[in-house]
Amino acid sequence: MARRAKNYRNDGDSVYRLFYDTVKGGDFRARESNVYRLAEVSVEIIDQCVAQGVPFAREYGGLLDNRSFGGVQVSRTFYARGQTGQQLLIGAYQALERQIAAETVAMHTRHEMLELIVVDGRARGVVIRDMVTGGIETHFADAVVLATGGYGNVFYLSTNAVGCNVTATWRAHRKGAYFANPCFTQIHPTCIPVSGEHQSKLTLMSESLRNDGRIWVPKSGEDKRDPRKIPEQDRDYYLERIYPSFGNLVPRDIASRAAKNVCDEGRGVGPGGLGVYLDFADAIARLGRPAVEAKYGNLFSMYAQITGEDPYQTPMRIYPAVHYTMGGLWVDYDLQASIPGLYVTGEANFSDHGANRLGASALMQGLADGYFVLPNTINDYLADGPFPKVAESHPAAVEAVQAVRARIDKLLSVNGSRTVDSFHKELGRVMWDYCGMERSEEGLRKALNRIRELKKEFWSDVRVLGTNEELNQALERAGRVADFFELGELMCIDALVRRESCGGHFRVESQTPDGEALRDDDEFAYVSAWEFGGDRRPVLHKEPLFYEYVEMKQRSYK
Amino acid sequence: MDITLRVWRQANSRAKGKMAVYKVNDISEHMSFLEVLDVLNERLTLQGEDPIAFDSDCREGICGMCGVVINGVAHGPQQTTTCQLHMRSFSDGDVIDVEPWRADPFPVIKDLVVDRSAFDRIIQAGGYISAPTGTAPDAHATPVPKRDADRAFDAATCISCGACVAACPNGSAMLFTAAKITHLGLLPQGQPERYSRVVGMVAQHDVEGFGGCTNIGECTAVCPKEIPFETISRLNRDLISALTHGGSHWPKAAPRRDELEEEEDDIIGF
Ligand SMILES: Cc1cc2nc3c(=O)[nH]c(=O)nc-3n(C[C@H](O)[C@H](O)[C@H](O)COP(=O)(O)OP(=O)(O)OC[C@H]3O[C@@H](n4cnc5c(N)ncnc54)[C@H](O)[C@@H]3O)c2cc1C
Ligand code: SF4
Ligand code: FES
Repeated sequence: MARRAKNYRNDGDSVYRLFYDTVKGGDFRARESNVYRLAEVSVEIIDQCVAQGVPFAREYGGLLDNRSFGGVQVSRTFYARGQTGQQLLIGAYQALERQIAAETVAMHTRHEMLELIVVDGRARGVVIRDMVTGGIETHFADAVVLATGGYGNVFYLSTNAVGCNVTATWRAHRKGAYFANPCFTQIHPTCIPVSGEHQSKLTLMSESLRNDGRIWVPKSGEDKRDPRKIPEQDRDYYLERIYPSFGNLVPRDIASRAAKNVCDEGRGVGPGGLGVYLDFADAIARLGRPAVEAKYGNLFSMYAQITGEDPYQTPMRIYPAVHYTMGGLWVDYDLQASIPGLYVTGEANFSDHGANRLGASALMQGLADGYFVLPNTINDYLADGPFPKVAESHPAAVEAVQAVRARIDKLLSVNGSRTVDSFHKELGRVMWDYCGMERSEEGLRKALNRIRELKKEFWSDVRVLGTNEELNQALERAGRVADFFELGELMCIDALVRRESCGGHFRVESQTPDGEALRDDDEFAYVSAWEFGGDRRPVLHKEPLFYEYVEMKQRSYK
Repeated sequence: MDITLRVWRQANSRAKGKMAVYKVNDISEHMSFLEVLDVLNERLTLQGEDPIAFDSDCREGICGMCGVVINGVAHGPQQTTTCQLHMRSFSDGDVIDVEPWRADPFPVIKDLVVDRSAFDRIIQAGGYISAPTGTAPDAHATPVPKRDADRAFDAATCISCGACVAACPNGSAMLFTAAKITHLGLLPQGQPERYSRVVGMVAQHDVEGFGGCTNIGECTAVCPKEIPFETISRLNRDLISALTHGGSHWPKAAPRRDELEEEEDDIIGF
């Protein structure tokens, strides 16, 4: 605590600013201490990445482009090339390969963790499946770290890679790890709209586009003219109208909901009416095409590639899409889950973003967790050792392996009439309609019923061909979708219980007279940490949140 | 539109493979190539036939997982990744051949899925900068000329997809290796290991069974990230310097000043 207070004064603005922005951006549902630590190490992260050879943008003097706000601005610089995540990942990947060469890390590619082994209340190992041969293996250790990412694909369509799933964390949850804030999901406002039934994934357009693009829909839903033929007076630049001071730059959740609202009013554009225009005509007139091209060229060509339309000529169409999940396994300040010896990092945990994540902060958090937090905290745990050896024949290990085999056998034996993907799509649709941008008591109850029916149907009617002893992608997906059903249920329950609106969680029953999210700090300033209930209801544990350094305020971007 | 796919089917790495023919009707031009395979797989599953195995993850051209050979061209006709190829690049009635990457160091696991872990081992042989966590100096301590940073970035955009190998008549992975050498070798942080890196990576490249580069240039014609051919000249220069100065025993020290200047001239040719 002393150190924190001292740093506040010493560091001047930058660390504090990032801390403040993150707490506020998370709509006061993140743990203050975690966020402060994140802001503190953010500067070291940049040093570490540069040392690893991440090619950050440089100014002509050779210094990093823009550094005044710690992590935030640097990430903004990356946006110029739209490759932040990828480049940081390559840096981390190369560092990992170096450790593999040094034989300090053994890598098992194409293996999937399917069960956690808990012995005497401690996480002591995992059961994994070799996805090429189907071999089921056990691995034992003094501690287990899960860094298995977010669960956005519970919605089927999201900006996440198609392989993202909840299985690792969900399996740990079933073994006793609490799942925190599962209903906190982020819907990103600038994605390319769905083009048809076949859609398998959604593509994000960088948020930076909102700096120069203007968002609008026709004033009238009847207006089906070519957008270029619609005169100014017939357009509704709704963000500029409703939020005059932030305009097109309001936070993600607000921009997303506003887009949904205009589409719900029947004013959406493009196929199915699920889209709004993001128009660069003004920017091109003001800055000239070369300047716009220099700034956004690769994004424009990506858009043209996907849609077959030229955004220099005609406005882009965008629509919100699921992008990030703030919820995840509950962890303490040391990133330890409620099962001792289980550590969770990155998007898989719930730690730093509260009810809404700010741009560019996911990678900062993941790298902070892995590079700077875990190496310190896990040592503390290991100092309690040595722990007794666990043998393959330990009942807990035997039980875990049997559970994995039984589940695979079951999935392969149903031999029903529907494909895994058809179930996944239907689940995703239910989640999007009732547990997406807007949630209501009635809708969530409907969703819960539907998910439970679907889950039953899945286990009695899914068709997974082939065997376990081969590369079987449908089998892999089936296991993941089965876990998504259970997660989806918990998300709806969490959303039902949280009868307030905050960040990405908007309950229609809790809004200000002008339709903004209305928090209820007296009742809901807590983290919901759910304990797995088996066949019965899950049990809610509340971790109260205290704000000592940032005053709790209603967000306002008007 | 209606198309016919002729797809390589191979049950596992030991099995013999063959082309199988599938008609796929009512395709929308907005579908990506992988989405056509998705649709076909749904149908095959309902008919009780084994769906086609193929890799993909990001489906937005940045992870490098999805490559297949389409009508004889790695990633197909658009010089982009397979996941970013859309059906509007094809016409109604087309017959399209779909095959896995063909190169000995990339063994087929099943159907269109190949094992690209040889690339990981090339990286392990030196494709990194040794920077133990927590020891990093201030990022501003070493300025990087903007031009170098930009070029390093261009090379760093390589997504390790392996199309360059699939396209090369020699099955060479030189473009991939050169992209990494260029990315790390242009940055001041990469200088201490610059020569041991090139020696290690090229040796591993050969151990994995990738062929030598004979300047054919097919690789750059299919590379979705447009990694320039000149990166290979750069790799060769570094390799010659390293070998003439003592090979892998090259001391881990910064290059001499005159070598750095030579660098500046080279860049113009890019
Ligand atoms: C399109 C897009 C753009 C983004 N842009 C930005 C940005 O600009 N800035 C930013 O800060 N954030 C961005 N994000 C968010 C950020 O990329 C993610 O939050 C971050 O990558 C999560 O990292 P992670 O290591 O926690 O998980 P992941 O990167 O998801 O890694 C999880 C890994 O675990 C593996 N895994 C999962 N389950 C299992 C299992 N059961 N067994 C074995 N392995 C398993 C997965 O295969 C994967 O390799 C973006 C996200 C997307 C989708
Ligand atoms: S050099 Fe190009 S083709 Fe080769 S692996 Fe890298 S991105 Fe793919
Ligand atoms: S799936 Fe990632 S590059 Fe194609």
